[in-house]
Amino acid sequence: MSFDDISVLLLWTAIAIYTLGFLAFTVDLARRSELAIAAQDAKARTLVAAGGGGQSIEDIRAEEAAAKIALEAAPSKRGRYLFARLGVVLTTIGFLFHVGADVTRGIAAGRVPWSNNYEFALTGTLLVVMVFLTVLVKYDLRFLGAFINGLIVILLGGAALAYYVEVVPLSDPLKSVWLVIHVFVASLASAFFALAFALSVVQLLQSRRERNALAAVGTDAAPRTRLPFLRTLPSAEVLESLAYRFAIIGFVLWTFTLIAGAIWANDAWGRYWGFDTKEVWTFVIWVVYAGYIHARATRGWRGTRSAWLSIVGFTAVIFNFTIVNQFFQGLHSYSGLPS
Amino acid sequence: MSRRSSEDSVSETVDGPLRPNDHLDQTGQTDQPGDDGGSASAFSGGQPVLGVVGWLRWGWRQLTSMRTALVLLLLLAIAAIPGSLVPQRSADPNGVTQWRATNPDLYPTFETLQLFDVYSSVWFSAIYILLFISLIGCVLPRTKHHWKALRARPPRTPARLSRLTDHRETTAGVPEGEDAAGHAAHAVDLAEAQLRSARYRVERYDRGGVASVSAERGYLRETGNLIFHGALVGVLISVGIGGGFTYTGQTVITEGDGFVNSLGLGYTSFNPGRFVDTEALTPYSISLDRFDVTYAKPGTPGSGQAGDFEAHVTTRFPGQEAEDQVIEVNHPITMAGDRVYLMGNGYAPTITVRNRAGTVVFSEAVPFLPQSPTMTSQGVVKVPDTGGKQLGLVGFFYPTVAKLPSGALTSAYGDLVDPRLTFFVYEGDLGINNGDARSVYALDTDGMTEIAGRNADTPSLELSPGQTVDLPGGRGTVTFEDETKNGAPESVKRYVSLSIHNDSSAPWVLFFAILSLLGLFTALFVPRRRMWVKATPDGDDVRIEYAGLARGEDPAIGVAVADLAERHGKALGDEPASAPATPANVN
Ligand code: HEM
Repeated sequence: MSFDDISVLLLWTAIAIYTLGFLAFTVDLARRSELAIAAQDAKARTLVAAGGGGQSIEDIRAEEAAAKIALEAAPSKRGRYLFARLGVVLTTIGFLFHVGADVTRGIAAGRVPWSNNYEFALTGTLLVVMVFLTVLVKYDLRFLGAFINGLIVILLGGAALAYYVEVVPLSDPLKSVWLVIHVFVASLASAFFALAFALSVVQLLQSRRERNALAAVGTDAAPRTRLPFLRTLPSAEVLESLAYRFAIIGFVLWTFTLIAGAIWANDAWGRYWGFDTKEVWTFVIWVVYAGYIHARATRGWRGTRSAWLSIVGFTAVIFNFTIVNQFFQGLHSYSGLPS
Repeated sequence: MSRRSSEDSVSETVDGPLRPNDHLDQTGQTDQPGDDGGSASAFSGGQPVLGVVGWLRWGWRQLTSMRTALVLLLLLAIAAIPGSLVPQRSADPNGVTQWRATNPDLYPTFETLQLFDVYSSVWFSAIYILLFISLIGCVLPRTKHHWKALRARPPRTPARLSRLTDHRETTAGVPEGEDAAGHAAHAVDLAEAQLRSARYRVERYDRGGVASVSAERGYLRETGNLIFHGALVGVLISVGIGGGFTYTGQTVITEGDGFVNSLGLGYTSFNPGRFVDTEALTPYSISLDRFDVTYAKPGTPGSGQAGDFEAHVTTRFPGQEAEDQVIEVNHPITMAGDRVYLMGNGYAPTITVRNRAGTVVFSEAVPFLPQSPTMTSQGVVKVPDTGGKQLGLVGFFYPTVAKLPSGALTSAYGDLVDPRLTFFVYEGDLGINNGDARSVYALDTDGMTEIAGRNADTPSLELSPGQTVDLPGGRGTVTFEDETKNGAPESVKRYVSLSIHNDSSAPWVLFFAILSLLGLFTALFVPRRRMWVKATPDGDDVRIEYAGLARGEDPAIGVAVADLAERHGKALGDEPASAPATPANVN
């Protein structure tokens, strides 16, 4: 059995474990929903007695404050959601197998395991999980677990099925320290963008729920929500500022990627910038995130609109990685896929 | 125009970072022409009367607003996309030709829309030029403002600190033998020292027994922001001006041959910028001694893949010793400020043509262009002076010949295992006498008749190294020379294509790019905040307040205020008894 065979085996094991992690986190969200509904029902009963259905502003603010404290609580002081903890454990185990898969692939190839699309996916998703688990130490973002695990299963499973290629020697332009630096930093940036994206999505859901909840204040109607677990999550504003923090880390790394790429291009292709397809998309992504940062500081754009920019930005990252690598003509034809 | 913060009570004397008027920090909405805050003269009787100046001023204000910058940024992102979908003349001229052939109907429309030259198109340029005007119009006043702010003292302590979100309050007892005012001053002394050692700029505002210190840090945030935006302008200018001084040339060198850096002598193509003095090129020379390449052996991973390209060259400056160098992918060599890149390689079979009389009318190593990863290559031989009609040969070269099921030849492997050369032969007018520049890789067969090949009585010629075949009708012979006979290591010579660049602006672009990265880093990660500690005598006690105000994004401001309160409380508590600080606001 070659190292590459071992790598593939470890990879599928990791995917299986991530799938279980996804299930655990999904159950967690469902149970939080029940919890939230139960709390709402209890509230409604007392309120019906008192003659009102909606929450009061104070209730809403108290809920938000509690969620913020929960978000920033130290790991030992967090809500003891059984399935969330199970999810974290499974994600961690999946991560270890994933590391194994990545390292054995690197050993099999005798170089860094990020030089074709299959390996970009392998390492990129690894970094997403790594960043997620690291951030968990500081913030209780377990509510993103289902999302992250789901994303990883899709990307990793998709890559293993559609992008897998055997180890082949590097083509000459890739023999450069910049392969190690530029591609790694790009993947790391993408990992932060992924987290920001997830938070922006939840932010949008949350802000819609908040609008409904505020509209229901003082009325008899209980606010409508299709996703009651949102009530246990931080407010849209808190989610937004968290998303922003990850996005700017991603942005700085992406800026570095852009510059490092130009330096590499200057060595490999004889010019630092030539609007090659991949360069164009790297630039587009950079500009979108610059737009996002500006939007956050522009009156009328903060909140929902800027969140959409974060979503567009990450969509472009994924598009760049899949469609552009695979189907667009250009000098960066390193996907290793038959064209 | 001195109020620049939404916290009116706080900003009486406070000059925060000047930002465009629709920046979140700013008060008041300025959307209407004439509504530019200070110029009351633009109004008469409630009706805005706008002169040309008013409109210009309004236009400028719109252009330098955050919203415009944002919209232009988003437009720039969208406008860049078509260039990745449609082949671009600058990066892929052949792609454009091909596109034209497949979409003849759409081509004129696309051409009119400049879709093949997106990045130099009118519309793309308009967007980025507007963006950069906006950028400069935004950064200049902010720089001036920041320059002043850098030398200003931290602002007066606001009257009511409790109005700030991040605020804490505690009461300290006054120790025996001290009066409340004295103790208040003492407490603030302590806070001042602590803030100073935490690298705050501090200013005391004591008034009538109430002591307070105002502190500010993180000026670097705005500095970074300005450096970042300014460096972007630097990048653009370096690229723009640099383009005029840049030149790029291509050349092809066959093993054993050389190149001299001089227009007319060495280059197959040369694109100088507007200000390049093409007469002043340093006439160094480069000759190719050997080109090495390794192919992954059949049966190994990546079988047939070529790599480890190495052009072994001898370089020489006039009047100096020759030097042996190696040019590799990713490792260009530098000659007199020029960077010399290895861009491609291929085979250059040596072909000799003799006419009816047996006289040599052509003998050259002809570079063939690779068409496939296994190096099936195509080349053209033009023989103008045969003593009779002109001859043109279109050749295919297969380094390792193999037969497809259809009977056609192909190359199975990139290395020279079983080289084979085939020719279609044409006779007639090569069309090179009328002065038109013709590609050495293409033969215009319009004025010619095929005498050997698919559409002729004689099949195409097929040769192995060392072999000679007859041209049909006794027109002469064609020989595929075996170079090992001339002492070469391989039967067929190889050639390299080199690209020679001189771009003296590149270091500047890099400099500004790195500067912008550093600026960005400080702009995003240095928190800018104000802190106040105020001690008010309150009967027998002293009321101590701590408050903070973030200038821009600052997730840790709450924690910072809490830390300050705690550290200060502790330091103070080490002396007399005092109550622990409690958060005054929960948010
Ligand atoms: C090439 C175009 C531009 C790019 C790529 C760009 C990019 C950025 C980035 C990445 C930031 C965040 C880093 C920081 O805070 O320093 C930023 C902030 C900022 N930019 Fe720009 N910018 C551009 C043009 C402009 C223009 C035209 C204006 C003025 C209208 C402007 C005003 C600002 C302001 C005020 C901030 C601070 C935002 C805040 O308070 O968070 N920028 N810009």
